Amino acid sequence: MKLTGSQIFIESLKKEDVEYIFGIPGGAIIDLHDELYKQNDIQFILTRHEQAAVHMADGYARVTGKPGIALLTSGPGATNGITGIATAYMDSIPIIVFTGQVPTPLIGNDAFQEADIVGMTRSCTKYNFLVKDVKDLAYTIKKAFYIATTGRPGPVLIDFPKDIQVAKTDFSYPETIHLRGYNPTYHGNLKQIKKVAKAIASAKKPLLYVGGGTILSGAHKEVQKLAKKLKIPVFTTLMGIGAYPEDDDLSLGMAGMHGTYRANMAIQYCDLLISIGARFDDRITGKVSEFAPNAKVAHIDIDPTSISKNIHVDYPLVGDAKLVLKEMLSVLDEYNKIDWGEVRKPWLKQIDKWKNEHKLAYNTDEEKILPQYVIEKLYEITKDDDAVITTEVGQHQMWVAQFYTFKKPNRFLTSGGLGTMGYGFPAGIGAQFAHKNKPVYVFAGDGSFQMNEQELATLVAYDKPVKVIILNNGFLGMVRQWQDLFYGKRYAATNIEVQPSFVKLAESYGIKAKRITKKSEVEDALFEMKNYKGPYILDAVIVREENVYPMVPAGAPISNMLLT
Amino acid sequence: MKRIFSVTVENESGVLSRVANLFSARGYNIESLNVAPINEANLSRMTIVTEGDEAILEQIGKQLNKLIDTIKVTEYGDVPYVEREMALIKMHTDLGTRAEVLRIVDIFRGKIVDVSQDSYTIEMTGDSNKIDAILNLLEPLGIKELARTGKVAMIRENKK
Repeated sequence: MKLTGSQIFIESLKKEDVEYIFGIPGGAIIDLHDELYKQNDIQFILTRHEQAAVHMADGYARVTGKPGIALLTSGPGATNGITGIATAYMDSIPIIVFTGQVPTPLIGNDAFQEADIVGMTRSCTKYNFLVKDVKDLAYTIKKAFYIATTGRPGPVLIDFPKDIQVAKTDFSYPETIHLRGYNPTYHGNLKQIKKVAKAIASAKKPLLYVGGGTILSGAHKEVQKLAKKLKIPVFTTLMGIGAYPEDDDLSLGMAGMHGTYRANMAIQYCDLLISIGARFDDRITGKVSEFAPNAKVAHIDIDPTSISKNIHVDYPLVGDAKLVLKEMLSVLDEYNKIDWGEVRKPWLKQIDKWKNEHKLAYNTDEEKILPQYVIEKLYEITKDDDAVITTEVGQHQMWVAQFYTFKKPNRFLTSGGLGTMGYGFPAGIGAQFAHKNKPVYVFAGDGSFQMNEQELATLVAYDKPVKVIILNNGFLGMVRQWQDLFYGKRYAATNIEVQPSFVKLAESYGIKAKRITKKSEVEDALFEMKNYKGPYILDAVIVREENVYPMVPAGAPISNMLLT
Repeated sequence: MKRIFSVTVENESGVLSRVANLFSARGYNIESLNVAPINEANLSRMTIVTEGDEAILEQIGKQLNKLIDTIKVTEYGDVPYVEREMALIKMHTDLGTRAEVLRIVDIFRGKIVDVSQDSYTIEMTGDSNKIDAILNLLEPLGIKELARTGKVAMIRENKK
């Protein structure tokens, strides 16, 4: 029996176990929506803006490890989605975005709602396709899922012209796939693994540098084994948060521009830096020429282009973090006779000393609300709940990274690479679809929240109990902080005191909300929010000019920290 | 440092743009680029001449390899290889210069492929230095139009 392109689309997604599609309909995908309407296996989640739809797919993907799916219409629907796609691209998140396109005979004619979305997204997708023949459709979808989820994951876009959606052909979904130009290296070279193992075993002051790739590969257990076995201290990047339990003795927290003193100091004094699934971003390295000056660098990454891109690597090791570490751990059994506790004593003593200097802190006497306090309190009351925490971008994002103690991977969702304000709230909604019957909290700044606040409607429509905490300072706070520290307090265009009443806004959607202004109200409010069954918005008015510390000025060496 | 990359790619729409984008997005420069199908079905070979320090050239090689449409990347640097470029050169000629142009073309073993009363069109093949050399000599005689293909290259077979 012949199926239409729209039917093939649905049958193919079923084969890929897709549960949800996020998006907004439009003229160029009306046939797809008509087919979606006729079935019950896949639920379409109607959002209020396409950017948010893509972020939701991204949030779903980060929690489950499965690809998130978005379906957008042609032209403006597709272009609205680009920020979401670029966000997923920078953080290597597997999502598949389907965009409607004008009928093939009209492509290139500047037809109504036409955009060359394949051209526009070429540099922010791992791969993209324009389907020109319905016969290629099933195979293209298979390829998209394969490319998005294998190797270094990333977003894939399929541009789907309207006439292909109604054209008919025989349907069979390919079981396997082979792309001759695409063969990611999963298993590391054994000789090189042995070399790195030897370097680790003979290092006096080794340090593990754990990035988001660790989480994508599911290598957190192996990282923990390696750290514990050889007593190696660990720091994570922003994207690596959760890959190593932050309450563990060997954890140094996050390093970098707003990293902990101990992590940044450890980087500067270690003699071997072992990077796993991280890419030496400028927010980690600071001034590259003075980064880890005493260290040899080992770099495990599935993407060869990440290795020696920003920093010279002495021991490159291409492969999947989990598989490489597994093999490395068995190689390291050769060194089982060594008493690592004894060997590591001087280094761990030094680490301990740093741990007790310049701890993350804030003024606990403040009677108004300090954001760090809210985050610590939320951690206290949710630590046993397996909560997902998402953030927007800016000061609050860094405070959450610093003050919430993450112990599991896939529980901290943030736009690390692109730094997309407007990410956290929709990503939290997407996460809630995956994190069924478990709590999702969104930390937002008042600036970021206003970038996708229209999704309050989506929250109500699907009755999702997402909790949003707005750390409200009436500023675009991170930029204001830079202006405060480096631009003579000239607060150019960062004062956003003019804002809605977030409580009234929430209530206008029928969402429960509360505003608090005093520290003494925080704990009760958080409990009330936690125990409330549905969605909840907590507008916490915080001290306006609180800064994030430590801070390494952009381009300065990583040990050059402003501490207060 | 100059480097020639020879890249075998899937012959699909958008591939050229992906390769070009790889260079432009990272601020690398393409000095010349030549694309044509090869004898295997659905494959093309791109010959790219580029410039950069060792770190940049390493990145370019890795990035080219990373492209999903790329089947194979060969770098011409250390191994012996043959490179050729072709140029079509249209010369303004008059009675005073026609003989001289012919002589130069003859010395360089070029070919005249089109003639009119006041022009010659020359086909010239060789490595880039040779093309540069003939252009240097022809320049004062009046070049009307010039088209160069950019390099194509191949590794020399091992002869032992």
